[in-house]
Amino acid sequence: MNPQSMSKNSLPATLLLVVAVVALAAIPLLLNPGSEFGGADAAAEEAITEVRPEYEPWFEPLWAPPGSETESLLFALQAGLGCGVIGYFFGLKRGERKNKS
Amino acid sequence: MFGKRARSIGLALIVFLLGAQVVWAKPPQMHIMEGFLPVEWALLWFALALPFWALGLRRITVLTREKPELRLMLGLVAAFVFVLSALKLPSVTGSSSHPTGTGLGAILFGPLVMSVLGSIVLLFQALLIAHGGLTTLGANAFSMAIVGPFVAYGIWKLLKGRLPTALTVFLAAACADLFTYVVTSAQLALAFPDSSGGFVASFVKFGGIFAVTQIPLAISEGILTVLVFKALQTSASAELKTLGLTPGA
Repeated sequence: MNPQSMSKNSLPATLLLVVAVVALAAIPLLLNPGSEFGGADAAAEEAITEVRPEYEPWFEPLWAPPGSETESLLFALQAGLGCGVIGYFFGLKRGERKNKS
Repeated sequence: MFGKRARSIGLALIVFLLGAQVVWAKPPQMHIMEGFLPVEWALLWFALALPFWALGLRRITVLTREKPELRLMLGLVAAFVFVLSALKLPSVTGSSSHPTGTGLGAILFGPLVMSVLGSIVLLFQALLIAHGGLTTLGANAFSMAIVGPFVAYGIWKLLKGRLPTALTVFLAAACADLFTYVVTSAQLALAFPDSSGGFVASFVKFGGIFAVTQIPLAISEGILTVLVFKALQTSASAELKTLGLTPGA
């Protein structure tokens, strides 16, 4: 299959893949109605203390977000910055292609 | 022949996984938290990661000097890791975890480049979000930025041309994601062996928690990587050619 035919016929396939990703994230929400899907920071601690109860972490984070709101801000910022770069890349490439033709 | 045995093993596995879910409704996050590896283990993983960082830096320097037109694409694969590690996706176990995004860059630029780019993302998360940690950076880099990319690259090299490109990309990225977690489990098990069952029991314990949560996320990561790869085939065929990856071949 040559690249041209692949890109032309791939819109339904692309949509299907996007739907699959969304479904993979959405179905767990339906399967676990009682769960909070919480951040698991405390749980790693639990698992480790189960194996070795006397273990004490010997280093603390230099800085930690004061709460989950600020933390989600930083995660959103991280994703937003990354998407900006990705969008810039594909936008630029699209412009280059248009200029060529 | 071994139907009965296989069935009972399967049953035992299901029971174990259900049990693991009950005990740990919230599995550990993928990155080992700050201070949660004993000093000697933290140092060991730093020592193991160092050569990869050195080689990766050299590779990036050479690459950007010889093929400056690829710089933007280098930014793209770093951005992909950046975005995917910020996405905490819900999983079937009722907890959240995030993909790694390292497979794409490993396929395009090779695993050494990703050992640097992935570690930069880990450093950012350790410093600004208190996710992962500075003392555990060596260990986390080894799992996510070194083993993951090498697995992706190996699968890509092995299956390229034998399977459809999209399927190969999917498998490479999904396995990189899964193996990152396998290594994290092993690192935890090595540092915290079970008092009676030793490393193996501990590995099964940590790994069992990760496996169920991570499989759907690995599938998501595989699909997302395929989507970007397909977009690159239409938008950046010149760059793919420069990298020796002819689109559609």
